[in-house]
Amino acid sequence: MRFTALLARAVALLMMLACAVILRPGIATAQGALQPLLQEYQADLAKPSRQSIGPVIADLLTSDHPGMADFLRKWESREVYLRPDDGLFFYAEKAGDGLRLIDIDSGAPVAEVSSRDVGQIRPNAGVRRELAAALVPYELNAPDPARRAEALEAITRSADASQIAPLAGSIEGETDPGLKTRKERLLTLLIAQFGAIKSERLDAIAGLGGDTSIEARSVLNQLTGTRDGVATTLPDDANIARLLEVGTDITEAQAHDRLVAEGLAPPRQTATDLRDVLTQHIVDGSVGGVPLHQLNTVAARARAYEALEQAGTVPPRAAPDEVAQAVAAHVFYAEYLQPDPQITRAAENALTATSRTLGLYQTADLVLDGLSLASIFFLAAIGLAITFGVMGVINMAHGEFIMMGAYTGYVVQLFIPDYTVSLLIALPLAFGVTFGAGVAMERLVIRHLYTRPLETLLATFGISIALQQLAKNIFGTQARPLTAPDWLGGAITLNDIVSISTIRVAIFVLALIFLALLLYILKRTRLGLEVRAVTQNPGMAASMGINPDRINMLTFGLGSGIAGIAGVAIGLYAQVTSEMGANYIVQSFMTVVVGGVGNVWGTLAGASLIGFLQKGIEWFNPSNTLAAQTYMVLFVILFIQFRPKGIVALKGRAAGD
Amino acid sequence: MNRSFLAENPSVMWFLGCLGLLTLGVTVLAEGFGLALLSTSMVKILGMTLCLCLIAVAMDVVWGYCGILSLGHFAFFGLGGYAIGMWLMYARTQGIVVESLANAPIPPTQEEINDAIATQIFGVVGSNELPLIWAFADSLAMQLLFVVLVPGLLALIFGWLAFRSRVTGVYLSILTQAMTLALALYLFQNDTGLRGNNGLSGLQNIPGLLHMPQSTIALWFFWASAAALGLGYLFFAWLISGKFGSVIRGIRDNEARVRFLGYHVESYKLVIFTLTAVVSGLAGALYYPQAGIINPAEIAPIASIYLAVWVAIGGRGRLYGAVIGAAVVSLASSWFTGGGAPDIDLGFYTINWTDWWLVLLGLGFVAVTLFFPRGIGGFFDMLVRKS
Amino acid sequence: MKINTLMASLATSTALLTAPAWAQDCPVKVGVLHSLSGTMAISETTLKDTVLMLIEQQNAKGGLLGCEIEAVVVDPASDWPLFAEKARELLTVSEVDVIFGSWTSVSRKSALPVLEELNGLMFYPVQYEGEESSKNVFYTGAAPNQQAIPAVDYFLDELGVESFALLGTDYVYPRTTNNILDSYLKSKGIADEDIFVNYTPFGHSDWATIVSDVVALGASGKQVGVISTINGDANVGFYKELAAQGVDAADIPVVAFSVGEEELSGLDTAPLVGHLAAWNYFQSADTEINAEFVEAWKAYAGEERVTNDPMEAHYIGFNMWVNAVTEAGTTDVDAVRAAMWGQEFPNLTGGTAVMNANHHLSKPVLIGEIRDDGQFDIISQTAEVPGDAWTDHLPESAPLKSDWKDLGCGMYNTETATCVQMTSNY
Repeated sequence: MRFTALLARAVALLMMLACAVILRPGIATAQGALQPLLQEYQADLAKPSRQSIGPVIADLLTSDHPGMADFLRKWESREVYLRPDDGLFFYAEKAGDGLRLIDIDSGAPVAEVSSRDVGQIRPNAGVRRELAAALVPYELNAPDPARRAEALEAITRSADASQIAPLAGSIEGETDPGLKTRKERLLTLLIAQFGAIKSERLDAIAGLGGDTSIEARSVLNQLTGTRDGVATTLPDDANIARLLEVGTDITEAQAHDRLVAEGLAPPRQTATDLRDVLTQHIVDGSVGGVPLHQLNTVAARARAYEALEQAGTVPPRAAPDEVAQAVAAHVFYAEYLQPDPQITRAAENALTATSRTLGLYQTADLVLDGLSLASIFFLAAIGLAITFGVMGVINMAHGEFIMMGAYTGYVVQLFIPDYTVSLLIALPLAFGVTFGAGVAMERLVIRHLYTRPLETLLATFGISIALQQLAKNIFGTQARPLTAPDWLGGAITLNDIVSISTIRVAIFVLALIFLALLLYILKRTRLGLEVRAVTQNPGMAASMGINPDRINMLTFGLGSGIAGIAGVAIGLYAQVTSEMGANYIVQSFMTVVVGGVGNVWGTLAGASLIGFLQKGIEWFNPSNTLAAQTYMVLFVILFIQFRPKGIVALKGRAAGD
Repeated sequence: MNRSFLAENPSVMWFLGCLGLLTLGVTVLAEGFGLALLSTSMVKILGMTLCLCLIAVAMDVVWGYCGILSLGHFAFFGLGGYAIGMWLMYARTQGIVVESLANAPIPPTQEEINDAIATQIFGVVGSNELPLIWAFADSLAMQLLFVVLVPGLLALIFGWLAFRSRVTGVYLSILTQAMTLALALYLFQNDTGLRGNNGLSGLQNIPGLLHMPQSTIALWFFWASAAALGLGYLFFAWLISGKFGSVIRGIRDNEARVRFLGYHVESYKLVIFTLTAVVSGLAGALYYPQAGIINPAEIAPIASIYLAVWVAIGGRGRLYGAVIGAAVVSLASSWFTGGGAPDIDLGFYTINWTDWWLVLLGLGFVAVTLFFPRGIGGFFDMLVRKS
Repeated sequence: MKINTLMASLATSTALLTAPAWAQDCPVKVGVLHSLSGTMAISETTLKDTVLMLIEQQNAKGGLLGCEIEAVVVDPASDWPLFAEKARELLTVSEVDVIFGSWTSVSRKSALPVLEELNGLMFYPVQYEGEESSKNVFYTGAAPNQQAIPAVDYFLDELGVESFALLGTDYVYPRTTNNILDSYLKSKGIADEDIFVNYTPFGHSDWATIVSDVVALGASGKQVGVISTINGDANVGFYKELAAQGVDAADIPVVAFSVGEEELSGLDTAPLVGHLAAWNYFQSADTEINAEFVEAWKAYAGEERVTNDPMEAHYIGFNMWVNAVTEAGTTDVDAVRAAMWGQEFPNLTGGTAVMNANHHLSKPVLIGEIRDDGQFDIISQTAEVPGDAWTDHLPESAPLKSDWKDLGCGMYNTETATCVQMTSNY
């Protein structure tokens, strides 16, 4: 009996298998095969959309097919293809110019086709997020820690009340200490947001007070989210966040608009409405007795409408104070989305606790940004401070030396693929190239113009446009990539608010090094002594045995060389184009002039002032960076009026020019 | 201005004579006159070049005679263009709006007309309100007054502040450069009411003369530009020939000494700075209706540096030098970038002038500064003196 | 120039005296009005080469109306007034039959009055802010409803974005586009405080504060998305800063309207994988004709060169013009314009582009994710969307309509049933 039943079952199974094989020749193992299951959702899987994929994924996962999670993961990473001829799904691998299709169930190659004959399924980021969220319960206990981390990431991105239970359950067995802390934290956040037990939830919310991380604040802000409300009397059952005073919190017009939107008051008649109504009542070239040609003033139109009103053809117009009356008859308020006042109060308290530290961190971040901008200005201007400040030469081609440095960095990267090595070579090479260019320029052009300082401006401007165009002819007009090595790629992060990209820190350090180096050269070396002597009195210096020609040449080379290094640094965080130098030249001149000419400290002060000022103005009006720059330049103009010699002014005869 | 002034300055007579001949020649050859040997675009280019010559003359007075290297005179040029451009745009739009509303069943109110004009002008930059600075845009007389007043006032205030603090030399150059930069940045913003980066366009269509062919209008503007250049030249030549001229030349050569002689140096500088700014504004007001469009890129610092370069190449300290410099460089630029110059085939490399013109120009500046500090005008002088 | 102009004018005046006005005189001349120097050369040189390649191909096929096609290339040098000057030269001195040109809106607005005065014909190939329809211009790039609106819909529907950062360069295209998007988003229920707007100058490089501002938007607990209309070079610094601050496309997606294959060639895209761009064309589109086009381009311009959306626009525009001229049997502007309406040509990405009576194309909208090789993965492709000259999402332009075929007006007010103006608003 038992045996026959078993036999019968086996026969039935075999028959089913045979049938399946006949029906779908491509599928080897029909029992529990994935393909038929997937075909039920063919359209949704082939063209997935975030809005409809959720239930599909849920259904597929409830089928408990062992290969399902694996398939979905491949589907997500765009390894699944659809053959339009028969609507079947395949995996694929590259084969020559085309693709080799692989059966989903058996893993056997099926056919080789051109990529145009099959469609690659590309779930978008929204769908991928849905999938990751759906897979969370399966992945939280996955053996691979990376997958567990991904599951936690998915919770952060799309938090959901249903995740509390699996997450809580997975904490116990978590072996990785880092992931364990992360899980515990996420659990607190989930409880604060969705927890079912009120006391637990209040505790969790209170625990978030003072936490400046974005995820904590995001939870609290969601809990304290409000919607606008309006009613004749304040509703008792609503969790009111605050009352809005008409006139102070909202204007009367806004209040009336709300009433109109809620259908609590009729809309006001606009000028266009009035015109349209009048147009409909034109009789024999006049409206309400007013001839058409007179209707070109507001008063005449009002008269015409009144006449129509009296004749009873149009409804009466709103009284002038009707708006005020309607507004006065209502209360305006903001109401929490969260109905429980205890929870909203706890969340508000937590947010208040956060706001103090938050303000502190925001200021710190602003200061860091300002510092970074100042160091960039300093680096761009310091070479100019030497040539302009010490030698009195206006070098309009300074910006082009910055550009030459950046292009040197780009060319080095063409030959040396390792970014670290190439950077280490590019920095001295950029110095060398621009040092050479600077010396050449000094020898060939500037030397002849020392007695005519304003004309160096013209000559160097000529060199500047020639160099810019040369760069365009050589490197093309397209921006060129100059990539920072990985260790300079990221950011140094204190918390979610205070962070600064590593490359900017590196630029800051570079600026400090140059400041120290220049101070050392100028104050402690023979060269520096001679430079200072030539600056103060070239004739006397020459009679003391100093060769002013040599000193001028070296000083100019040094200033240009630093510009080259600045170019590499700037190119690492911004764009390398033939016009990049032009963006810095006016700013650099202003930095030097504001700071005070002829003094390294002055340039530092000028760069700091301009950098912080710009960041400060940006902070007041974050939506318009251009306005910040405008006001910064205006400030510089005014500043020079009152301190023509800059912040750090030279005293005595040396200041005279 | 008396007979002796012209008699003492034969170069002015020569210049005015040449200008008159040029005007006559262009008029006869122009399309608008019927002979059509000069295309309308050529007439426009020549007319615009004359305006550039006028601002170059102003620049020469302020730099070559008074020693103030202003790197901001194109700001005044642009402001003049904007002032006239506002009227051109407003009046043309008004015509279109009134015409389109003429068929409306009910005649439009003034408010409706104003709204429609504002939407039409500012619709492209995402606004539909007429900013306050357009309050007088409907009046040609007021906007013409602004052509003179706005650049003049800006120069007066800026100059007063700068000269009072005794900002001189390179510092002043950088300060004027900052001024034009600030103005350009300000105008680049969309919210400043002058259509941001788009600027004012369609300026070649003169309201009221919409059906007049451009060939005629181009010729009229050419005449106006020639007249302006002639008058401007005469005025400045007269100004610098007298005692006033001697004082400002003294300031150029040694400011301290002039001050010790009891002159109020700042006032002299301020007068020169403001006068040249006003003339620059007038030149701009004539230039942009020929160019057809004005936008903030026109007053970027580089434009003013080019201006200084024209004057340097032409030869500072002689007014005709400025004219020669501006005309030669701008016409050569136009020729080389217009594809008119033949490529030079070196066998291994073809020099395409579109790519290499700026290199040549840049090196040309260097060469002129180094070897011909007196510019083309100086070269000219040498020839005259030798003969 | 003077001598050249003189010679040319002489030649034209004699030609006018001898030849009958309607006969087709060879060669057919095509003007190319793209900047070859200055700031815009970066983008426009490629388009000049594209037109030259298309002309070469057409000549290989036997030219047009039995004539050889000759290109007249001029350089307006990214100087906006020069666009008007050179357009006039092309139309009156060189006497071209059609112009392919312009990139920025301001350059188009500079050339417009001249085109309308002299009844010229121009094909404008770049995505732009709309709010314009000229009798003398065919717009083969995307209007806002063919790029911006579908991209925002994608953000709303597919990525569930609730808080928007609109970052743009401060000029007319971003301003108008953001204006339209602002009003569109509000109609979709996005509150004012959830729309962060920022404008930066051309070539901006200091992005640290702006990127942190965007990251900080996440504290509201809403999904944040960035819509970028940042133009040109400035994108390099922007994307580098995004990468440095570790902004993952899964957390804060960025969709760009001005970043294509060409712009990405200036940076390392590995940290940017997953960020988006919306266009009507991507080089990665897997079709037969696109493969041919890319191959022809690489053979013409160099192996390392990429193709992009404005190039496809010129490809469609040029071929439509060739077909329209063939149909009309003349290069006369009025005849060609009439033949252009309803002109069809296959897109490189599949489907068919149609030139509508409002002078805008019907084209599919594509959204692509950046790959690490600097190309895009197309993740969404709509059916053909007809370009809308006047947006429906701004109150002032909602009643406006353009129809040159039946209404004969580019700015027709449907409420008052009048033509506001025959020229375009420049």
